[in-house]
Amino acid sequence: MKYKTQKIAYYFWALSILLLVLQITYGFIMGFARIGMEGLHEIIPFNTARATHTNLLVVWLLSGFMGAAYYIIPEEAQRDLVKPKLAFLQLISLALVGVTAIVGYHLNWWEGRKFLEIPRPLDWLVVVNVLLFLGLILVTLFTGKRKTTTALVLSMGLFFAALLYLPGMIQFDSQTMDSFFRWWVVHLWVEGVWELIMGGILSFLLIKLTGVDREVIEKWLYVIVGLTFLSGILGTGHHYYYIGVNKIWLIIGGIFSMLEPLAFMAMALFAVNMYRKGEKNHPNKIALYWTLGAAIISFIGAGLLGMAHTLPQVNLYTHGTLVTAMHGHLAFWGAYGMIVLAIMSYALPNLTGRKRYDTSGSRLAYWLSNIGMLGMTLAFGVAGVAQVYLERRYGMDFMDVQNEIKVHFAVLIILATLFATGITFYVIEFFKYGLPNDEALDMNLD
Amino acid sequence: MLSKKQARALFLGGTVVTFLIFIGLTVFSLSKAQDQTNREDITESVVRGKLIWEKNNCMGCHSIFGEGAYYAPELTKVVERRGEPLIKAILMSESPWNPKGRKMVAYGMTEEEANDVIAFFKWAGNVDLNGFERIVSPLAKERLSNQN
Ligand code: HEM
Ligand code: HEM
Ligand SMILES: [Fe+2]
Repeated sequence: MKYKTQKIAYYFWALSILLLVLQITYGFIMGFARIGMEGLHEIIPFNTARATHTNLLVVWLLSGFMGAAYYIIPEEAQRDLVKPKLAFLQLISLALVGVTAIVGYHLNWWEGRKFLEIPRPLDWLVVVNVLLFLGLILVTLFTGKRKTTTALVLSMGLFFAALLYLPGMIQFDSQTMDSFFRWWVVHLWVEGVWELIMGGILSFLLIKLTGVDREVIEKWLYVIVGLTFLSGILGTGHHYYYIGVNKIWLIIGGIFSMLEPLAFMAMALFAVNMYRKGEKNHPNKIALYWTLGAAIISFIGAGLLGMAHTLPQVNLYTHGTLVTAMHGHLAFWGAYGMIVLAIMSYALPNLTGRKRYDTSGSRLAYWLSNIGMLGMTLAFGVAGVAQVYLERRYGMDFMDVQNEIKVHFAVLIILATLFATGITFYVIEFFKYGLPNDEALDMNLD
Repeated sequence: MLSKKQARALFLGGTVVTFLIFIGLTVFSLSKAQDQTNREDITESVVRGKLIWEKNNCMGCHSIFGEGAYYAPELTKVVERRGEPLIKAILMSESPWNPKGRKMVAYGMTEEEANDVIAFFKWAGNVDLNGFERIVSPLAKERLSNQN
């Protein structure tokens, strides 16, 4: 590392890793419930497991993004982070709010609004926490020696992500209004501002790993985030088809959301081309794998599998079925899970001074988790398509269909085990690095 | 080829323009004249029902308007399909309702609470969902009778 305060990143990532493991545990609880093993029903009913699974996902990703910002911003701005002690305070409060929310879900303390289950009183603590985070990052950036495009795009993503949290806190009497503004958070996050965060991290990694000129990479970064907003903002309409608002969204949402994959395609082409162009032979191959993997799998999971059900004619039948779950898994994994694991893989050797670049454990982690997740996507997909035909086209009863497709969840559990084995290798590798230390200062290969 | 400056202009310009259109469409589609939800029918009972729906995270297993989880049936138009007495019995039951081998949480609601939830379902069942209400499974009575 180049600045001592970059070490803070490590602790955010350690939290991230811990929450990822918990998230997967709750995934298994749901998987087993779906094949009829509901032994935990009294303590952890399905809705508790689900809210915990998805919220842990969001929090580990956010903690991963925050770690990335604490690592990247000092290096880009060429100065130490301002007030590192406050960053630790922010980490602890983030962990506390997260734990409180998760415990609450087990005690029926929540607001059943998919992805935004955190009760409003806790929302306010989230707001304070994020303001503190943004303050530290932005002051560091703007008092630094450089304001690079990479740092600006990353910070802009984080800033707008915070701002867009607010519409989700408004209370409505109408389910339609509730849903309408819930998407301002959920959709405008994952198909908008989070792509800026992803783009910023991707650009940083490509600059470091391929050695291609910063000017070239950052120009493409603007093109990518330009495509993102151009399509993604009006693409929100793909969630407004069938919730009780005007039909105009069928046209607007249909057209613009069909364009959304372009941003992901640009990201994949960009990453692969920069890799081809790059002359630097960076020894941290595994970080390069994760980086290119994120760009490619996000194009498949978000771009192609999103496109598969985004036209209103298709969505009419797939809306709210396991087809959505298929897409949700590969999109979140490819775009945001993998980019967080990529920046960790890149930064850990620099933070700890241990050059464990190409271990068999890290390669197993990469391949097992990705093959596992692709297989899980397939299992969800087969179950989803069968559900759409049996239930929505031929009118079979919901539970009869669920019993028909049970077998795909047995397959899902096997593949999820493969995935979880990969993640286990990742976790072991993570902790084998040991703690970050000052001896690693200036030992970067870059 | 595009310069970095032009790329930035594309980003900023595109964002501002599409965002303004988005706000315009939002205002338009939420205006009173475009209402498809029968706003005047949202009584206090419906609002209480919605709060009970949220407080118990029913959406963590079920879906409504196609949004939520995929573990239990879609509940748009559920009153039409199953009838009030059955729904009431399920909500007020002290032991888990367990149809075809999948358990629901036993909420043991009072009769008033159950009535509020049903009022919420009835309101939701009358919202014009641009055709989705006819697709949602198990089939709405309406569609069954159209087919026969
Ligand atoms: C990384 C980016 C993305 C992520 C993480 C993501 C994730 C998700 C998730 C979790 C849902 C379920 C949301 C809910 O019901 O509350 C969803 C729904 C949906 N996504 Fe994405 N998505 C991404 C990108 C895209 C793209 C680019 C498209 C279109 C081309 C798309 C199309 C859709 C559609 C149409 C639905 C609604 C499904 C339904 O009606 O049930 N998504 N997405
Ligand atoms: C052991 C691994 C996992 C298993 C067995 C698993 C299983 C499940 C199940 C059964 C659901 C609920 C679907 C329903 O409502 O019926 C779910 C939801 C979800 N999971 Fe996982 N999951 C796993 C890992 C992951 C990972 C690694 C991610 C993200 C990178 C993820 C993201 C999601 C999302 C976004 C949803 C909500 C999907 C939607 O509402 O459409 N899961 N998962
Ligand atoms: Fe979306």
